[in-house]
Amino acid sequence: MQKHLLAGAFGVSLAALMASPSLAADKISDNVVKIGILNDLSGIYSDFTGKGSAVAAQIAIDEIGGKVLGAPIELIAADHQNKPDIAANLAREWFDQGKVDMIADFPTSSTALAVMEIAKQKNRITMLSAGVAMAAITDKCSPLNAQWMVNTYALAAGTAKALLKEGKKSWYFVTADYTFGHSLEKDAAAVVEADGGKVLGTSRHPFPGGDFSSFMLKAQSSGAQVIALANAGSDTINSIKQAAEYGIGRNDKQVIAPLLAYITDVKSLGLAKAQDMYLTEAFYWDFDDRSRAFAEKYFAKMNRMPSASQAAVYSATLSYLKAIDGAGTDEAGAVMAKLRTMTIDDAVIRNGKLRADGALVHDMLLLQVKKPAESKRDWDFYNVKAVLKGDDVFPKPSDACPLNKAG
Amino acid sequence: MSIKPVSLKPISLKPMPLKPMSITLKIFALLVAAALVVPYVPGIIYPIFVMKVMCYGLFACAFNLLLGFTGLVSFAHAAFLGSAGYVTGALMIRFGTHPLGTVTAFTLGVLASALVGLAIGGLAVRRRGIYFAMITLALSQIVYFLAVQFRWTGGEDGLQGIPRGNLFGLLDLSSDTAMYYVTLVLFSIGFLFVYRVVHSPFGQILQAVRENEPRATSLGYDTDRFRLAAFVLSATVAGYAGAMKALVFQLVSLNDVSLHTSTEVVLMTLLGGLGTMFGPLVGATLVVGLQNYLATIGDLVTVVIGLIFIVCVSFFRRGVVGEYLEWRRRRAQRALPAREPATAPSPSHAP
Repeated sequence: MQKHLLAGAFGVSLAALMASPSLAADKISDNVVKIGILNDLSGIYSDFTGKGSAVAAQIAIDEIGGKVLGAPIELIAADHQNKPDIAANLAREWFDQGKVDMIADFPTSSTALAVMEIAKQKNRITMLSAGVAMAAITDKCSPLNAQWMVNTYALAAGTAKALLKEGKKSWYFVTADYTFGHSLEKDAAAVVEADGGKVLGTSRHPFPGGDFSSFMLKAQSSGAQVIALANAGSDTINSIKQAAEYGIGRNDKQVIAPLLAYITDVKSLGLAKAQDMYLTEAFYWDFDDRSRAFAEKYFAKMNRMPSASQAAVYSATLSYLKAIDGAGTDEAGAVMAKLRTMTIDDAVIRNGKLRADGALVHDMLLLQVKKPAESKRDWDFYNVKAVLKGDDVFPKPSDACPLNKAG
Repeated sequence: MSIKPVSLKPISLKPMPLKPMSITLKIFALLVAAALVVPYVPGIIYPIFVMKVMCYGLFACAFNLLLGFTGLVSFAHAAFLGSAGYVTGALMIRFGTHPLGTVTAFTLGVLASALVGLAIGGLAVRRRGIYFAMITLALSQIVYFLAVQFRWTGGEDGLQGIPRGNLFGLLDLSSDTAMYYVTLVLFSIGFLFVYRVVHSPFGQILQAVRENEPRATSLGYDTDRFRLAAFVLSATVAGYAGAMKALVFQLVSLNDVSLHTSTEVVLMTLLGGLGTMFGPLVGATLVVGLQNYLATIGDLVTVVIGLIFIVCVSFFRRGVVGEYLEWRRRRAQRALPAREPATAPSPSHAP
């Protein structure tokens, strides 16, 4: 029995060897560059990642011409249903049998960290275009990972610095009571205090929360100039909705600043409730001509504007393919090395430099939500208040990441 | 099920398991034999997928032990799966390289889930029906809360990169094939353990408690103690599956302790067939398979899975295996009077 099996295995591998044409064999593994998009297609994060991410990747592939180093480029997308074990299982299968070379997106940090670990084992690349966890560039950092859009620190620090510059010095935090909320609050509070601001108080709400009125009213009565929301997703949306019911943040004395919010959150809140809020994003479609050109391409396919995460998938895919072209191979280490030497400048990411720990340092946008009367069309949501230099908002390389020590 | 065997308990013990045992075990041996060749044909079926099915299959078996054979609905099973996974994972990250690390971490993980089971079960078994279910639900939410808040569980990020370690310093488990066979052995032990429990005098008493609790009480059994014992046993087996899962996938996440996982295991058990030995395995294969293979079809995945479940619930009330057994029973029954007219032409003769 065993003999037969061995003989069979030998025969199969021999056949596989002979079948592979030697053309680009040593440069491109499996003679195909395959990009995987792993995200939430059916759940709460499908709005700002989902199908749109795959469409954005396809736009990038089309721009490059569908081929790199003579090998065809393929795209595969799957729904990890926000479960790390499904994500890990799919990623393993893709790496082992699906010829996938790079996986992007990951709207939940647990799925991102799970797949990063597997990619490291299998010598493939991950690009977290939607994953914002700090762990990915600190204690869990990987040489084969790039956090392509942003991390929680940059989002919090961007908003904090910009508001402090406008003279809003007294802050109050409404924080989701779990690790993510705590770290967001800690990062932002550090920036506030370093720049001469003052934190007047903090309210911690359970996660996920239902009723935010008491927290928001307490924040209002603190008299703080900024009510910072250190939470995410539906918690952010609900706290803003309830604040709007009490008229909180509707005057010049007090503003609401969600530390982590996306254009899709503004879309679901509506401008009437979200108006005047400050927030930081990596990308806004209506920023300049180049971003608008990309956004129109995307709009033609999806009938909506790209979120920052979806746009980041485009940029990540494009840069990855350019790096393969430049490195002359799709071997993970060489591609990452090439990526680190490139200056990323495309429709989405400006002045981008990939650091050793995987953080992509690039310009960020400080945005303020428009009043309903100012908005000329659907998705016309933001006034761009400032372009924030990457070095000012991204965190310093952390000692927790061993890659930073190596140099 | 009748409670007859219980009243005759001391006498009917030995002849009982013989006949059904051989069939179940034969099928199981066949399954294991099929599973043995999987690593050699990775093109047909992906070995890691099979490992996942084994982990969830055993998890569903543990749940079935409680719901199918004892009649207790628990919404706390994710807490057992997860707590064992977290303990095993956290220990492996710290002591994974030690030759005895894997075995110790695994054992302590299972032990942890047994303790959690004792705590939750001890409070819940005093109540019946929906109240029992609600208490398990509430207490499992506490476990979830702790998993979010503790530092060593990694909060919402969970634990990643758990080393698989090695078996007594002899067998390196980091290769998928070695891990596959170890998982298969662990799974077989777990399954046979559940089988043994179900077909033991203890298992008979559990079924008696399920069918008619007052009668079991009147026969002198302390039913609360038996229910608690069943609960802790079920929690232990669930933890066993959880510890296995942590080693196989090298990650433990909040999802493992979430209510979602608790309801998923109910689904697996019902889909496969409540109170049957293979039902949970079939159910786990279906659910895990759907989640995995439908993942690439896009945003319709939940709709398709939902439709399949509706069809199953509408047309396979007893679950896949339960429905099959029922079909065989009916066929056997139909075959009986069909042959009878030849000898005796009275159709109403059947008992």
